[in-house]
Formats: sequence, structure tokens, C-alpha cells
Amino acid sequence: MLMINVFVSSVSTEQIKNLHMRFQQLCGNEKTLRKEHLENIPTLADNPIKTEIIKAFFDKRNQHNNELGSYEEIGFEEFLMVMSHFRPPSIKTSAEEKAAMRKRKVRFLFNMHDTDGDGKITLEEYRKVGIVEGLLSESESIGQEVARAIADAAMLEVASTNVPNMVREVTKITLALFLHFACPQILKDLEMESRMYVRFLDMNTANLRCGK
Amino acid sequence: MAEQWRSALLLCLLMAASSLASTGTTAPASTGNDTEHGTGTINTLPIVTWKWHHVEVPYLESHHEHGGGHNATGIAIVSFKWHHVESPYLVAVWILVCFFGKLLIEANHKITNYIPESALLICFGFILGGIVWGADKVQTFKLTPTVFFFYLLPPIMLDTGYSMPNKLFFTNLGAILIHAVIGTVWNAATLGLSLWGCHQGGAMGNIEIGLLQYLLYGSLMAAVDPVAVIAVFEQVHVNEVLFILVFGESLLNDGVTVVLFNVFDAFVSLGGGAIDAKEIIKGIVSFFVVAFGGSLLGFVFGLLMSLLSRCTKNVQIIEPGFIFVLGYLSYLTAEMLSLSSILSVVFCGICCQKYMNSNMNENSIQTVRYAMKVFANGSETMIFVFLGISAIDKAIWVWNTGFILLTLLFILIYRFIGVFILTWMLNRYRLVPISFVDQIIMGYGGLRGAVAYGLAVNLNESKIKEKNLMVCTTLLVVYFTVILQGVTMKPLVQWLKVKRAEIAEITLIEKVQNKVFDHMLIAIEDISGQIGDNYMRNKWRNFEEKWMSRLLLKPSARKQQDHLYNVFHQLNLQDAMEYVKEGERRGSLEFIRNESAFVDFKKKLGEDYEEAMPDIMADMPSNDPVSTCRRDVLPTVSLEMHEQNMRGLREAEGINAHHLLDQHLYKGRKQHRYRYSRSHLDINQDENEVQEIFQRTMRSRLESFKSGKMGVAPPKTITKHTKREPQTKMPNGKNKPYHSGDEDFEFSEGDSASGYDTSFPTRVTYRAGAGIENPAFMPDLDPSSPLHIPPWLADAGMEVNPVAPSERAQVRTPGYLHRLSSLRTNARSGETAQDRDLPTPPPHRDDDHL
Repeated sequence: MLMINVFVSSVSTEQIKNLHMRFQQLCGNEKTLRKEHLENIPTLADNPIKTEIIKAFFDKRNQHNNELGSYEEIGFEEFLMVMSHFRPPSIKTSAEEKAAMRKRKVRFLFNMHDTDGDGKITLEEYRKVGIVEGLLSESESIGQEVARAIADAAMLEVASTNVPNMVREVTKITLALFLHFACPQILKDLEMESRMYVRFLDMNTANLRCGK
Repeated sequence: MAEQWRSALLLCLLMAASSLASTGTTAPASTGNDTEHGTGTINTLPIVTWKWHHVEVPYLESHHEHGGGHNATGIAIVSFKWHHVESPYLVAVWILVCFFGKLLIEANHKITNYIPESALLICFGFILGGIVWGADKVQTFKLTPTVFFFYLLPPIMLDTGYSMPNKLFFTNLGAILIHAVIGTVWNAATLGLSLWGCHQGGAMGNIEIGLLQYLLYGSLMAAVDPVAVIAVFEQVHVNEVLFILVFGESLLNDGVTVVLFNVFDAFVSLGGGAIDAKEIIKGIVSFFVVAFGGSLLGFVFGLLMSLLSRCTKNVQIIEPGFIFVLGYLSYLTAEMLSLSSILSVVFCGICCQKYMNSNMNENSIQTVRYAMKVFANGSETMIFVFLGISAIDKAIWVWNTGFILLTLLFILIYRFIGVFILTWMLNRYRLVPISFVDQIIMGYGGLRGAVAYGLAVNLNESKIKEKNLMVCTTLLVVYFTVILQGVTMKPLVQWLKVKRAEIAEITLIEKVQNKVFDHMLIAIEDISGQIGDNYMRNKWRNFEEKWMSRLLLKPSARKQQDHLYNVFHQLNLQDAMEYVKEGERRGSLEFIRNESAFVDFKKKLGEDYEEAMPDIMADMPSNDPVSTCRRDVLPTVSLEMHEQNMRGLREAEGINAHHLLDQHLYKGRKQHRYRYSRSHLDINQDENEVQEIFQRTMRSRLESFKSGKMGVAPPKTITKHTKREPQTKMPNGKNKPYHSGDEDFEFSEGDSASGYDTSFPTRVTYRAGAGIENPAFMPDLDPSSPLHIPPWLADAGMEVNPVAPSERAQVRTPGYLHRLSSLRTNARSGETAQDRDLPTPPPHRDDDHL
């Protein structure tokens, strides 16, 4: 609970209440949330990276307990923890806090790719995760093979660009590299950083869209 | 050299200017308002004729001798009919003079570094105006509202709409609207009221301006001017959010200004007593009608245009014309319906850009892009010059220290106050707050410009006695903001360390990640059960993909929509270019070493290119119909020439990647011709094969990279080549006539950038489709029959990779060619080839080093 307080501190109680309502709505009458619950959200159905997102919710790494593996079901605390990755910074947030938040976000993204949890994204992982394929298959015209090739190219690009002071391993991306390449806007604190935030509205929006 | 050039320019300019000025000199000989539309100059120009004869007599002497001039009774062989051409002629000459002015200004980079071009143009206008005045003693040329609003403004607005960064614009639309609407009203009201207050306090002395007239004046001064803002901000490169805020505001506040102006104008005519609540409500309603009506109209025109562009394939030559004509029509229609014409034309551009760019073919897009810039930039130049010229007129200068200084002061102060208040409110809701520094720049960027001047000139003198004072103050405000604020903007931006725009090449992985972000945010919103920005954006995107694209895009264009893919394609192209460069170099050397290896060389060279190809044609596999049609057009994958390629491109409509690419690549000179023919090679027909080739390249790139990491090889120095070498080698490769002297073949690096940079990319670019037919593509296959064995058959095992590690290590220069494994492979094969003097294609290079 302490951990949560640290991370969630800037999520207002109002927002937590809303999220809690939503949580209950999602898991029906049960106490915990399981994968099916999330999979049943109708609006999520078309999302190309749905599986990865759902996985991320059950990933222990995203709970910041230095544990690997994944949960079968999560309670509200865990749910909130994952959600807190996406809260926007407020005006009061200090620069360091912001940096820390950004780092957590990138970490979150990184974990999505790093399926085996060894701190490196290998080419195999990158391909397998299916994010690229998922994204590309949106536009029907591109085949799976091409998507794979794009994944390859992206990896290569990272691997082949010289970054000062960074040791690289072939076809493996470490967090630092990932940060450097995949999310430069986050790294550089550009306006674009707004991308990684979701505005949790204060008003109760759970009713606006009927849940599952 | 530069000096001479500059002084020559100056001379030309002065001559042009003085001849013009002298034309103005004389007696009012003729009459007539010219019907010709054109620059603001015309209606003033009747006069010119007589003087013209004088000036031009020397030139025309012979004509007179022979033709007998106007009075000839017989048939005049040559007659001098100045009146006949007078107005268009003057228009053209004025345009020319303005352009010369720009040319002159742009020739002095040192100055333009410090002073924005718009300010310089205004000063240039002062000088021209001074010359005219000196010759004429009368103000004969000035910017008239008709010319400004009907001819000069629309092209600029169309261009801004058409090149608007849509996503940025719409994500910040809320803030922009608030600033544009509330900010402008605030500006108008405070300026009017404060001036009136000061008037009451006696600060102005004795002038006859009532409250309503002050408000009217305030409303015309309120609007930030899009033309001036673009002109100044384009040279400053502030970060894009800041830019879009100021710029978007300046665009959208037009609706507000027009309404405010009309409303107060009407109020002034009605007189204070007749204004009741009903009138005020009508005024407010009319705001919505004008603004939204204008936008809607533009939207409709944009859709029409996009629809039209689906079927203009057969009139390719005039295809780009549609956008200009329809854009202009949308402007005029809005004007006719008394809606906001600026909003109309801007939204027309915004709405159609995506579809037009996908639907039209590459040439038309280029044409539109350039023509748009020509018109917009030309208009802008003329607006500023004429703003300067307009100043030189005794009639309008009515000095009233209090009024003028107070206006300047209030404009500046209230602008800042307005910006601070509004952004403070906005920041409470923005995810990324607008920083204080940015707010200062926003406030300081409140430049007034020609729109205000145009409106001021439009004032009705019978109703507003102090019109001249207002016009003159407006002009002063324009000069103050454009020149003073414009000049100080850059230092201020530097001093405050405003975040600048980053010109970063977007990497593929980044692009992928951006997409991941988008989808992730949508998913999170879904899970948390909220309807947020991302949700709405997603809805819109789906709608757009489902309906708009279907309706407005050609089927072929629709397939090429993926941006990720485009970036990928781009990367490949880069590789290919570098690769080809490298190939050229090596190739030429090799040729020199074995002259005998004629045939081989050809083969090898072919391979080189072919390897580059698959990358290039990365876009192909996904879209079969297009590739087929292309193939038809390009019977052989010719490395040769543009004529062919151009034709091919024309057919290959909707190859979207090209737009993207072309923006990022250097343009080649059209006359470049490449003398390679690969017609002797088989044509690769199978689309799967194409796909396969593509896969393989990727794979081999990857593998080569891997091995490159491990391989250690002695550094190989790449010899620099002289120009001649590349030239000599080509003919061999080709069998075509030997063009030793042909400048088209200057590929060598030592050559000027123009020769090199321009030619390469072009080739690559246009060869996009070519790779398909590349039979010889994979050199690592069976060496003996590279042309006949399909690559995938040759090595079915994915992991069998043909790599030359050692080579790679050599080419380790940062950022150099890493993506392209084939290069290294070939480099290696090239060497071997030399050593063995073989007629056979390159040997396997993998085994020895791995």
C-alpha cells in the first residue's frame, strides 16, 4: 500500500473512486480482475495491441516489486498501479518527478516488449510480440512477412546507429537504448511527451459508456 | 563574385524602380480605372503613358521610324500602343519590381539573419514609395483593399491551409479557438474602451471619435495578422506547439475580426441610440454564422476537390489547376455569402490536402506544391512592399501623438494580458502546460499586418471623420509590430531560450513506438472506461478510414496509406542510395583494374544495383495492382532514364511513398540521363518473388550486421575517386554508347554537391518499381546462374546468410550503411572479382569469414 501511495499520490481521490467503480464494473461481482474481464471490453476488441496491453496489466514487473512473472488475477491495487503509469503530470509536479514518471512509462513500454524479463529486447522478442504486425495488419495491404521485415529493420536501425557512450549488443536493445530511440520525445522532454498520458477525468465517466 | 552579382542586382533594381517612378511622374494624361485585376497599383496609373514614351523612345526609335506611331494613316507595321497594354503591363512590372526587391534582399544573407524579410520588404517599399513620391509629388500607388482581399490574400491563405500540419492543428484546436475568439474580442474591447477612456480624460486633444468608433477601431486592430505572423515566425523556428498556437490563432481570428468589424460598422451607421439588445444578439449570432459557415463552406469545397481529384487522371496537365481554382472559388463564395472567406479557404486547404496528395500523381503534387509557394510567397512579398509604399502619402499622415502612442501601448499591453489570462485558464486543462516563456513569445508574436490596414482603408470616411488618423495609426502599428517586434523576435527567442523546433529524422522504431503509444492510450482509456481525447481521435480515425478514404481516395491510393511503411521505405531508400554510391565507387575502381573483365563487370554492376533494388521496391509487395501496372509501363527495369521513369511514374499513381520520399530527397536535374540498360536481364514476374526478395534483403541486412559486430577485419581504405573514373565505368556496365564527356555521369564525390547529391537520389527514387524485375538480385545464390535461380529457392533456410563480416567492419563509419548488408557483401565480391578476374559472379563470401 505504501508503494501505491508513492506512485499514485497525484491521482486524486476522486479519480481513484472513479477507477474503483470502473474496476468493479469490469470484474463484475468478483474481487479480482482476470484476463477475460479485460478481453471482454467491447471497445478494446479492435485494438491491434490488445493482447500486449492486457498482458501488461498482469505483469508483475509493472508493479515495481522487482518480481518477474505475471499474475493470474489482480486486485484493485495492482490495477491502479498500472493505471498510474498514465496519469498526467500536474503543474506542480517537479522536474525530477516528471523525469521519474517518464522513466516509469518507458519502462512500462519496454516491459511490453521484453517478454522474458531479462532487461533486453531481442530481435526475436520484438518480432514475436506482434506489435508491429498488429499495427501493420491494420492496413490490410501489408502482409505479415513485411511486418516482420519492418520489425527487423527497426531493430537494425537501432543497432546500427552509433550512440556515444553506449555499449550495444547486436540485436538486443537495452532499456537505455530503447529510451534513446523509441521514445526520444520522452527523453528530451518535448511537448510530445503528452502522448503517454491519459487524462483521468474527475467527473464520473463510468456511466457514460456502459462497461463491458 | 557575389559582390558583383549583388551590385548588378542593385543596379537592375534601381533602374526598374526609377523607370517606374518616372512613369508615374507626369500629368494626368488619361483616365480610367482599369478593369484589369492585379496589384494595387493599377488604378493609379493612368498617367504613365506620356512619360513612358519619353523614357522608351530610344528603344522604340526604329519602330517609330517604320511604323509611324499612332498617327499613321496607312497600315502600321509596328505601332506603339501603350494604352492598350497599360494596366496589365504595369501590374507585371510592379510584380517584377517586388520580386527584384526580394531577390535583392535575399542576396544579403547577413542582413536577413538579423532582420526578417518582411521588415526589409517594407523598408524596400518605403524606398520605392519615396522614389515615386519624389517623381510624382503625389501618392499614386497604394495597397487597395480590393486588390489585397481579392488577389493577394487568397493564395497565401490557401497555401497555409494546404500545408497545415493537421494533427498538430487539431490537437491544439481548443487553445487556438480560445485565443482566436476570446482573445480577439478581448483585444478589441480593451483597446477601444481604453482609448475612449483616455479620450475622455483628454489625452488625445481635440478629435471627433465616439465610443462606437473606438470600438470599431479596436476591432480592426485586434486581429493578429496571419501573413505577418507566418513571415516572422517562419524564420524563427520556435517549437511547433508555440508556432501553431500563434499561427492558428492568427488564421482563425479572421472570422471574429470580420464579424466585429461589420457589427461595429453597422452600429456606427445606426448611431448609438438605435442599438438595442436585439441588435447585439444579432451580432453575436452572426459571429457563429460567419465563422462556422465559412469553415463549413471551405470544408465542402475541400471535399468536392478531393472527389474531383479522383477522376482527373486523364487531364493530368490541368489537374493541379483544380485546387487553385476551387480554392479561390471557395474564397469568393464565402465572400459572396458574407461568410469568413479566410476561414473558408483555409479549411478548404486543410480538408483536401490529404486526399489530394494521395490521389494526384507525383508530378501534379509537385506542381501544386511549388505553384502554391510561388503564389503565396509572391503575394506576401507584394503585400509587404506595398505596405511600405502606402506609407509615403502626405494625405494619410495625421499625427496625433496621444492617439498613436496610446494605441501602440495598449495593443502591446493588452495582448500580453490577454495571453496570460487565457493561457492560465487553458493550462489548468492542458496536459502539457504552456510555459511562461512560450506565453511571452505568444504575446510578443501578436503582429498586426495588412488585414488591419485593409480594413482601415475600408472605413467609410463620411461616417468616421478621423479615418485618416486611424489609417495612419494602423500603418504605424503595422510597422511597429512587423519591423520592431519582428527584428527583436529572434534575439528574444534566443535570449529566453525558447524551445526550438527540432528537426529530427524520425526513426523507424520511433514511428512504431508512436503508433504503439496511440493504441496503448486508447486501450487504457477503454479499460478505464473513459471517453477522452484518444477515444475521440480513434473514433475519428476509424470513421475517416472507413468512409472518407473510401469516398475520396482512389482505390490505389488507399492502399498506400501507411505511414510506418513509408518511413520504412524511406530508410531503405537511404540505404540504397548509400549503397549505390559505394557501388559506383568500387565499380569504377574495379573497372580500371581489369579492363578485360568487361562482361563480368557488367554483371556485377547489375547485381550491385539489383541488390539495392529490393530495398527500394519495398513498397511494392504490398500493393500488387500498382506494381503490376507499373511493370507494364516500365518494360524493363531500367536504370536508365528519366523519360522512361517519368512515364512509369505517371502510371503508377497513388504511390504514396513517393510523396514522402520526395520531400526528403534531393531533387535531380531532369536532364540527367543514365545509360544503364538492364534490358538484357530477365524480368522478374512473380510478385511473391518480389516479396521474397524483400524479405531476404532484410534478413541479410540483419545477419550482416550481426556478423559485422563480431568480425574483425583490417581496415580497408576506400579510395577516393576522381571524376573520370565513374564515367568510364558506366559505359562498360552498359553496352550503351560511351558518353565520356557526359556530365550526367558525374557521380564522384569530389564533385560539387549538385552533381552528386542531386543525381543519386533521383535515380533511386524513380527506380522504385524497378526492383521487381531484378532477376540477378541475390548474388549470394548460386554464382553461376544468378539470373535464373529464384533467391528463395536457393536458400530456403532462413538463417543461411551470406555475409561478409570483414567488410562490414571496415565500413564502420558511424551511420554508414549499416542497414545494408548487401553492400558489404558486394564490396567483398567486388574484391574477389578483381583478384580472380573472373567471368563468374561473385563467389560465396560467407564461408571464409564466418
